[in-house]
Amino acid sequence: MNIIVCIKQVPDTNEVRIDPVRGTLIREGVPSIINPDDRNALEEALKIKDKMENVKVIVLSMGPPQADVALRETLAMGADEAILLSDRAFAGSDTWATSTALAAGIKKIGDYSIIFCGRQAIDGDTAQVGPQIAEHLNLPQITYVEELKIEGDKVIAKRALEDGHFVVESKMPVLLTAIKELNEPRYPSIKGIYNAYSSDNVKVLSAKDVEADFDNLGLNGSPTQVNKSFTPPGRSGEGEILQGSGREAVESLVLRLKEKHLI
Amino acid sequence: MAVKVIELKCIGCGKCVRVCPFDAINMVDKKAKINDKCTACGQCIEACPVDAIEKEENKYRAGGVNVDEYRGVWVFAEQRDKELLNVSIELVGEGRKIADELKVPLTAVLLGKDIDNLAEKLVKYGADEVLYGDHELLDVYTTDGYTSVIYDLIKERKPEIMLIGATNIGRDLGPRISARVHTGLTADCTKLDVDLENRRLMQTRPAFGGNLMATIICPDHRPQMSTVRPGVMEKAKYDEKRQGNIIKFIPELKDSDIRAKVVEVVKGGKAEVQLEDSKIIVSGGRGLGNPEGFKLIEDLAKKLGGVVGASRATVDAGWIEHGHQVGQTGKTVRPSLYIACGISGAIQHLAGMQESKVIVAINKDKDAPIFKIADYGIIGDVYEILPLLIESLDNVDDIVEALNRG
Repeated sequence: MNIIVCIKQVPDTNEVRIDPVRGTLIREGVPSIINPDDRNALEEALKIKDKMENVKVIVLSMGPPQADVALRETLAMGADEAILLSDRAFAGSDTWATSTALAAGIKKIGDYSIIFCGRQAIDGDTAQVGPQIAEHLNLPQITYVEELKIEGDKVIAKRALEDGHFVVESKMPVLLTAIKELNEPRYPSIKGIYNAYSSDNVKVLSAKDVEADFDNLGLNGSPTQVNKSFTPPGRSGEGEILQGSGREAVESLVLRLKEKHLI
Repeated sequence: MAVKVIELKCIGCGKCVRVCPFDAINMVDKKAKINDKCTACGQCIEACPVDAIEKEENKYRAGGVNVDEYRGVWVFAEQRDKELLNVSIELVGEGRKIADELKVPLTAVLLGKDIDNLAEKLVKYGADEVLYGDHELLDVYTTDGYTSVIYDLIKERKPEIMLIGATNIGRDLGPRISARVHTGLTADCTKLDVDLENRRLMQTRPAFGGNLMATIICPDHRPQMSTVRPGVMEKAKYDEKRQGNIIKFIPELKDSDIRAKVVEVVKGGKAEVQLEDSKIIVSGGRGLGNPEGFKLIEDLAKKLGGVVGASRATVDAGWIEHGHQVGQTGKTVRPSLYIACGISGAIQHLAGMQESKVIVAINKDKDAPIFKIADYGIIGDVYEILPLLIESLDNVDDIVEALNRG
């Protein structure tokens, strides 16, 4: 059984800071990482591989050549194969165009029982690519998976809701998206890191290689466009720092809240 | 490439390289060069002092439609357990405004079983028309069932705009429908405007962990679809006298159409925190130092009749459940009073609470960014300040009197 895990290399948005003077993003020194939810997807695939016979875990990513590093990390964690879709034709893709390209890559791989994605990537937070891949491939989908069981030709998943969960059952092949609660991702092993870097086992494929439909790739294939972007206007409060001892400051606060009828 | 450098004009100053959030510009021979990481966000265009960067409009787009054939504003009225979610009423409120601007009717799409009363309610809240699909297989949400019914409605009736709540279910349904229809979907919008000239929906959303806002358009595909964050838009007003047209239909659905089946619905487990509806929120951050700090936060919240919020750092550390999280990846709130305790004020947190009416910040670090947006700040240890504050709340009148006299 093949499990295909889709990952994205993202800048660690936790590390992004705003330049207080210019109001712009400070990007320098922001590390690139494997998107956190994708790590959970990979971990679950590896757990299935640990438990069952004849499971192959194939990692797929679309991105610039630098994403090679992220893919090698997945090999070091225990993935069997890694494929990078990289082509100028993919540049500027929105979620529709991204999911089109990834679906083409998955079709090229051909044989699969589970497609596993992270719920969303931290640089965009859209949560769209997983379900859109499922639609392109006409597969059932279960998103927000927080617990997973495989029974015969079926998966049984707990899918998280704001106020509880659904237990959802589907035949394979199926597309799943993982959330943080699903598991605790493993670290790469030393031997794994050695193997991941000692051979040339990240396969790079172009749009042509996966027979993607060029009309639906990249910026031209993207229904949405960024019209403009801007740094969020900061809120400026009254900005009064309440002085004095702790007790004095607290009393001034209570007075002000009372005046505003908040307490 | 949508963004292009005019080489003759480029003076190689490197300003664009520094502002690019995506590391998509390199300097080659003292000229800016845009690489494949470009998302056409336009930051560089604004930063360029010599107007050497411009945007190219694309002429042809696959799957584009004759946009003039599409009219009307739709909102998806999500129900669970035969109750409308708050976000559904918020969408009716926002959809009403947009429909009025475009001078078209507002339609609510309601799917479920035996929920005629909800269809009535949607009319009273402001929908001109309710498309109410009544079927056993729609009682509980399934991706396959809901997508297929809504897809058929869109094909038949051609709305120009469709709004969906960005709930765990809306974020499952939205992308699936948009992919089937072949249109664009903008996720988690916090602001919607209409460009009346070309009837375009200007969809503003946080990107890059809330560090950047982007306005997204969908020029050639219809409907223009957005998911909208719960708690961001104002709720529609209920008006008993409003009239509207309820179109009830029974969709053709078979059991075998539903491939991913819901076999059990479990409520609770994690008690739902009513953050979005609360007038007062007391939030704790990493500055609490340990999970026990939330005891104090809870005490204060209880005293004020409010609820407990939390920063992402504390949720990631496992100090408190995700349901309490305020911010870009948590909830968006706009209470009357927000008290931030030991929260430094990372952008991604501010993104979720800066619409609060009054913000109080308590933090040891006088340089914490939270003080910049707070109305009132106390520089001090939360473990000293909070007990004093809780105690003071018992003697508010005495304190007010004493201070006024003094």
